[in-house]
Amino acid sequence: MLAFTLRRLVVALSVAFTVSVIAFALLHLSGDLAITIAGPEASPAQVEEVRHQYGLDRPLPIQYLDWLWHAAHLDFGNSFFFRESVTALISERMPVTMRLGAIALTLSLVVAVPLGVLAAVYRGTAIDRLALSFCVLGQAIPTFCLGLALIIVFAVNLRWLPVSGTATWQSYVLPSVALGWYAIPAVMRLSRNGMLEVLSQDYIRTARAKGLSPTKVVLKHALRNAIIPVVALAAVQFGFMLGGSIVVEAVFSMHGIGHLAWEAISRNDFPVVQAVVLILAGIYITLTFLADVVNALLDPRMRVA
Amino acid sequence: MALLEVEDLVIDIPTAMGTLHAVGGVSFALERGETLAIVGESGSGKSLTSLALMNLLPKRVQRKAAKIAFDGQDLTTISQAGMRRLRGNRMAMIFQEPMTSLNPAFTIGDQLTEALLCHRKVGMKEATDRAVHLLEKVGITAAGQRLRQYPHQLSGGLRQRVMIAMALMCGPDLIIADEPTTALDVTIQAQILHLIADLKKEFGMAVILITHDLGVVARVADKVGVMYAGRLVETGTSRAVFKQPRHPYTRGLLDCIPVPGRTQPGMPLGAIRGQVPNLIGRLDGCAFRNRCDFAGPECAADIPLVRTGADHEVRCARLDATEVAA
Repeated sequence: MLAFTLRRLVVALSVAFTVSVIAFALLHLSGDLAITIAGPEASPAQVEEVRHQYGLDRPLPIQYLDWLWHAAHLDFGNSFFFRESVTALISERMPVTMRLGAIALTLSLVVAVPLGVLAAVYRGTAIDRLALSFCVLGQAIPTFCLGLALIIVFAVNLRWLPVSGTATWQSYVLPSVALGWYAIPAVMRLSRNGMLEVLSQDYIRTARAKGLSPTKVVLKHALRNAIIPVVALAAVQFGFMLGGSIVVEAVFSMHGIGHLAWEAISRNDFPVVQAVVLILAGIYITLTFLADVVNALLDPRMRVA
Repeated sequence: MALLEVEDLVIDIPTAMGTLHAVGGVSFALERGETLAIVGESGSGKSLTSLALMNLLPKRVQRKAAKIAFDGQDLTTISQAGMRRLRGNRMAMIFQEPMTSLNPAFTIGDQLTEALLCHRKVGMKEATDRAVHLLEKVGITAAGQRLRQYPHQLSGGLRQRVMIAMALMCGPDLIIADEPTTALDVTIQAQILHLIADLKKEFGMAVILITHDLGVVARVADKVGVMYAGRLVETGTSRAVFKQPRHPYTRGLLDCIPVPGRTQPGMPLGAIRGQVPNLIGRLDGCAFRNRCDFAGPECAADIPLVRTGADHEVRCARLDATEVAA
């Protein structure tokens, strides 16, 4: 188990290194940074001064290591647009996105996994068809449509929940539903298919032959095996939610990472884009690593792989 | 009273092309401590028969029977919960595929103790002790350590031993072994069969052994039932059936086995020509007649099992012919 964890850790670190190189290259492939920073009206002399001031006249590997050193200390330089430290910008907005993603993921898992299990156990019945239609509905409604519909029904007409912002916990309810909704179909289908496959296995027949109750057969023997691919998917979905919360954050006027990324991209604010890419990739890598570890705990056969 | 009585067991499988009559009226009785071998080739309905007794048939498969009685309890009308109380407790099953019949996610110990914890009021300690005891009984060394291992860490032979120990956990009255040695190496096969035979004697269980290997049957079974196309075509004591096989199919099967001392090197072994009939739709008369050397017009009628000896019954319309040939 320890060897497995260490191997996965090495893989995670090498992916992180690759991402950091790409994120660094992103900045330098996008044109002459010195001109961007100095502004359109700067004279060639001013541009050269900026180039020297920012250390852009040094060899690229040196610049990379310098940047990586600072990034490792959570120093991503200053935003071109906000004239503020990138770290401050991000740390201000990160909690909003994390909270939103965590609630949305929990919500979608709590709905999708039991629904998938029920659909598999009652395959071909009304329950299965209902779950599958729910799934189609989930895929067919775009996030922004659902977001707006939720606002109209629950915030404007019923006045149960706030329209926008991040002031109270109630503000997170509608955005989480809108964001989590999008993950439900994939998780549900995977739970259902995994469950169907596992339920046809010989060891399920063995469990039934022991005289175990149907509940125990499904919840112990089948679910433990069927949940394994769902763990990996959930980790990926959480990454998607963090990166993809742009739309939801826009609809509900929440100032999270998604919103910041959107602002930074539209204003060519490279240090911010770079930092957001690096941080989201870092979270993604961490999640995948954790998912591998959880899977190894669930499936003893993986521990040797 | 017999431990298990089965009368007119019918198993139908609805398919797109019509109903497949997998088992068409099987009857037999089994006393305590007896071993019955059900012999037949693939598709003869022997595995389905065993699953039907445990009520473990897949959902779409239909089971009908005039009577299935286990120790006086009628299994055709028993509730799901009542059936669960018998399964794994008083009737246990050993499956054909030891490689896939154990859950990969749980330890051997967990899976062994499960049935006992489910059916008896025992603690974990007691259940674990019983598991260790039985693992030793089935010839597994370092039993205590095996409990913490996972199925993928064990060889096929070891897994089948674990499956056998698992079936013995609650001390069942009846063990159904569905081709327990098919997936194993030839050298391991003999060990496993001897093990089942020894355990049967030691614990006084009745055993139903499903197999296509007649060599196995001759050594361990008290009674034999030969199945063909979903019906028993010959039943009797192992001795009677092997000494004086009367059904042409049984004879064909026996001719396929080399006999030490009689079969010389280079001598051709017997073979049964033709193929098993399609079981979809209505099947009249003897299902074997298109492959049979003795077939005549009388074989197209429905043929009952005819008693030919004290403990010997045969379903054949040409017993006159097979007697001459014997």
